[in-house]
Amino acid sequence: MEKDLVKPVKGFVQVENLSVSFNRNGKSIQVLDSINFKINPGEFICLLGPSGCGKSTILNVVAGFLKPTSGFVFVDKRHVDSPGADRGFVFQQYSLLPWKTTFQNVEFGLKIQGVPKVKREQLVNEYLNRVGLYKHRHSYPHQLSGGMQQRASIIRALVNSPSVLLMDEPFAALDAQTRHMMQELLLNIWSDLKLTVIFVTHDIEEAVFLSDKIFVMGVNPGRIKEKIEVTLERPRHGDVMLSREFLELNRRIFESIREETLKSMEMD
Amino acid sequence: MSSPSSERSEMASLLAKSNNPIFNLFRILIKTGLSILKQPHIDSKAFRQCLSLFLFFGIWQFLCATNFNYFINFDFVPSPLEVFGATMKFFSGNFMVHIQASVLRVLIGFLAASILGISLGILIGWFQKLEDLLFLPLELLRPIPAVAWIPLAILMFPNSESGMMYITFIGAFFPILISTIRGVESTDMLLLRVGQCLGAKQWHLFKDIVVPGAMPNIASGLVIGMGNSWFCLVTAEILAGRYGIGYFTWESYITSNYPPIVMGMLLIGLLGTFSAFVIDQLTRILMPWRVTKKQSA
Repeated sequence: MEKDLVKPVKGFVQVENLSVSFNRNGKSIQVLDSINFKINPGEFICLLGPSGCGKSTILNVVAGFLKPTSGFVFVDKRHVDSPGADRGFVFQQYSLLPWKTTFQNVEFGLKIQGVPKVKREQLVNEYLNRVGLYKHRHSYPHQLSGGMQQRASIIRALVNSPSVLLMDEPFAALDAQTRHMMQELLLNIWSDLKLTVIFVTHDIEEAVFLSDKIFVMGVNPGRIKEKIEVTLERPRHGDVMLSREFLELNRRIFESIREETLKSMEMD
Repeated sequence: MSSPSSERSEMASLLAKSNNPIFNLFRILIKTGLSILKQPHIDSKAFRQCLSLFLFFGIWQFLCATNFNYFINFDFVPSPLEVFGATMKFFSGNFMVHIQASVLRVLIGFLAASILGISLGILIGWFQKLEDLLFLPLELLRPIPAVAWIPLAILMFPNSESGMMYITFIGAFFPILISTIRGVESTDMLLLRVGQCLGAKQWHLFKDIVVPGAMPNIASGLVIGMGNSWFCLVTAEILAGRYGIGYFTWESYITSNYPPIVMGMLLIGLLGTFSAFVIDQLTRILMPWRVTKKQSA
């Protein structure tokens, strides 16, 4: 209960007038058109939309992988122009370094920062225990299942205590059962750490289950069509998915996205 | 289209009718080979490998014994038995000097090639400007065969020993260099991004992501380079010297003593295979994280 009194102080994200366009065959294609949003510290936000709406592009700009054509991103008032340890990233693809064991992978960020060895070991082991990977700390990535690899990727980002956790469809490659387990696990960790999460997905149920707010995105050009507040009670468990409120929200978003999907199909 | 079974019987009858000794040999070999392979308890990998060696020497002995002469002439080719005799003679003499001299030349050439090839390869692969500066001259030198280097090796180096090491170096250097460059260039963009998000700057990206990622390529470059180094040994030892397996082989040719030539060839083959195997095993130990999958058909 004490935890609830602690107000998160970092993880304030501002995106201002963000536009991105790519050059393809000499033609300029606008991927994102003046995106604006603010995320308060500790909020869980989902970017939801059909493929091609630029949701991953937003994430890449916030991570610093991609320079916007115009506009700005600030994390805790600091202007983002390159990748950094204050923004943890969990990729859709399995992205553990194949030549490092689970332990070494999770430890990597701390090692770069120069955290002393004893402190490193204690922190990493704590996190490994938290997600049930302690047993597998000496395994190489190819010896782990997909779910284990993604759990390791998540704590690899978290162990650096970033301001924001950016997640790009992290559970898309997992089977349905594992995906549900991972979603619950993520919510658990998130409620413990009180950190800001920006989560990209095209799965409506996943978005409703996880988020405080959903930014529904439209296509051509990519923009935020609707911001939907999810008021489902927390902590949430799997059975919330059967509640009337959940289903109604689901349907409402489904209609909204369907419109966009049809639009994107016409444009092709 | 005829069915495979009728095709096979056609071939069998063709073989049966023939009076050609070679065809007869093939017929016998295929027949016995097939009947042996059909038995499940000896259908093992080791057995097939032994069989391959047995067939190799068997066919060779046969061609020599029959003085085979259709386009390729086996009249003057020493038979396995003669080569065996020469081998016994070689090993009853002072053989270690020869082996030692050759192994040393190959090892030093290979070691220098590894150090230079890997470090240059990593730099060229990682820094575009260095690639612009270095790659073209190296590409120009790459296709030049070891033999062509002999005159310059004599002129450039203070003694014949270092000239010889240079030739074995040339053999190993380019495969190692090219594989290392390719390995570094094929660094996974995703993994670089992973590193950046964990706060890694150039040095850590390089040390923890680029170099380990290039290791499998570097390893295959080393294995090929090791083989090539032995490949160039005879060429190197033509240069001079009184010792060395390549020298021994070349000298036997000049004095028209044929069985030792083949022995020298086989010995080089054997040492080359063995050292490449050692390199392969060593690099495997360095990469316990690697998964190797092979089709087992």
